[in-house]
Amino acid sequence: MKDLQKINKEYNCFNTICNIQEKKTGKLKDLKISVKDCICIKDIESRAGSKILEGYKPVFDATVIEKVKKEGAIIIGKTSQDEFGFGSFSTNTYNIPKNPYDKTRVCGGSSGGAASATALLDNHVAIAESTGGSIACPAAFCGVYGYTPTYGLISRYGLIDYGNSLDKIGLMAKNIKDIKRVLETIKGYDEKDSTSIKDNLKKDTKVKKIAVIKESLNVNPEIRDIVLKYVKEKYGEYDEISLPITNKYGLACYYIIAMAESSTNLAKFCGMRYGASLELKGNFDEYFSKVRTKYFEKESKRRIMLGTFARMAGYRDAYYLKAAKVRTLIINEYKKAFKKYDLLISPSMPVIAPKFSEIDKLNPLDVYMFDNLTIGPNLAGLPHLSVPIGKIKNMPIGLMIIGDHLNDYKVIENGM
Amino acid sequence: MKINKELILQVAKNARLELTEPEIKEFEKDFKDILDAFSKISEVDTKNIKESFHPIEIKNHLRKDEIKESLSQEDALKNSKHRTDIYFKGPKAI
Repeated sequence: MKDLQKINKEYNCFNTICNIQEKKTGKLKDLKISVKDCICIKDIESRAGSKILEGYKPVFDATVIEKVKKEGAIIIGKTSQDEFGFGSFSTNTYNIPKNPYDKTRVCGGSSGGAASATALLDNHVAIAESTGGSIACPAAFCGVYGYTPTYGLISRYGLIDYGNSLDKIGLMAKNIKDIKRVLETIKGYDEKDSTSIKDNLKKDTKVKKIAVIKESLNVNPEIRDIVLKYVKEKYGEYDEISLPITNKYGLACYYIIAMAESSTNLAKFCGMRYGASLELKGNFDEYFSKVRTKYFEKESKRRIMLGTFARMAGYRDAYYLKAAKVRTLIINEYKKAFKKYDLLISPSMPVIAPKFSEIDKLNPLDVYMFDNLTIGPNLAGLPHLSVPIGKIKNMPIGLMIIGDHLNDYKVIENGM
Repeated sequence: MKINKELILQVAKNARLELTEPEIKEFEKDFKDILDAFSKISEVDTKNIKESFHPIEIKNHLRKDEIKESLSQEDALKNSKHRTDIYFKGPKAI
């Protein structure tokens, strides 16, 4: 624990450090597990990187926590993240994690603390969460494996929601073996989560044909070359496939849906039943507005505002419902591709981890663009894995393997 | 669509957020830039296409209507600073 505090002082990967082991036996005996701050652990402050949840100690465990506790895992703390998952660099919060490869660079987001901790610790798996790329992005920037499951495979019960139709709890580790171990423990139907699925994962992991997503190659040329070299060496033959709707409209579709859903989810934070509060003054509206105005960070306010707008009478059809229809076309585009190919491949991120000084100059839309490669599989709820495959100027880069729904084993096995 | 101060204030009111004058100006600009970029989804032909509210088909899993153990009153109130012994205390309703 002392070592962890020392590491944390240098890299800010944890919001809270703890040491919980409920059993000394089980399949995960003595495996260290860190948990993204947005996933509830009983009696441990869980605030999703937000000031509005300051002091909130859940009175229950998330289903994933209950499961790993039963298997003897040691829970070591809550990892830092963008407030409620709103960000690609883990800078929209009060505790900003630093990249283990270069402290002047970001970890990626929103599960930045999880990725930083994974790179720094041994015998450790991070339980993280992705809405639009919050696992693949930081995993790529910090040089670790980042696995996001088929939507619904892992229970979301006890997750502080961002966007319910997009959120997925997933894993990060230094190796695939540990990801598989923890996945076997935490997956499966949960009656407490209304979007939990009962289907079993497909066992077949054989790969006959793969394709690289053509539009994803329009990235930093050094990243493109390393990705293509890796694919050629590993798979020999590959095709290129175009996903025009996903590439052109995915970003807008994703952000409209994500903001609309998050603005409804964040309506519950009002300073009454839990979290930060103020002196009870004024009527309901005045009090709630005061609390929310004081404790939400800027990016959260932006997303609440845009999401509220996208759902307002008069604009709902043109934005929210239109985006939900475009989402259908994006899902269909992937489904068609998986009729021909077992896996789709792209770089995880278009660049290496930027410096803090570089992102200060970006406007919100510039920042959203960083998610362009990860939002497709997240919108379609497809399993994907970011694999660390090389470095540029000592900074890691990731390759993303995407599979069809329920083909999580195929995705994971092929990341080895 | 016209993005102006009036619209920003209406959205902020619906979202229960108070904005300062500089914030209103900033949101006006953000709304213009971001919605302009997002509006391109209007060019997609979605005739006869149904909305996807989830990425996969979600079936209704209805549970039996049985009484089960749930949060105790004390646990439910544990995280609130505004409470009596058995109730949440809230701001004035009327």
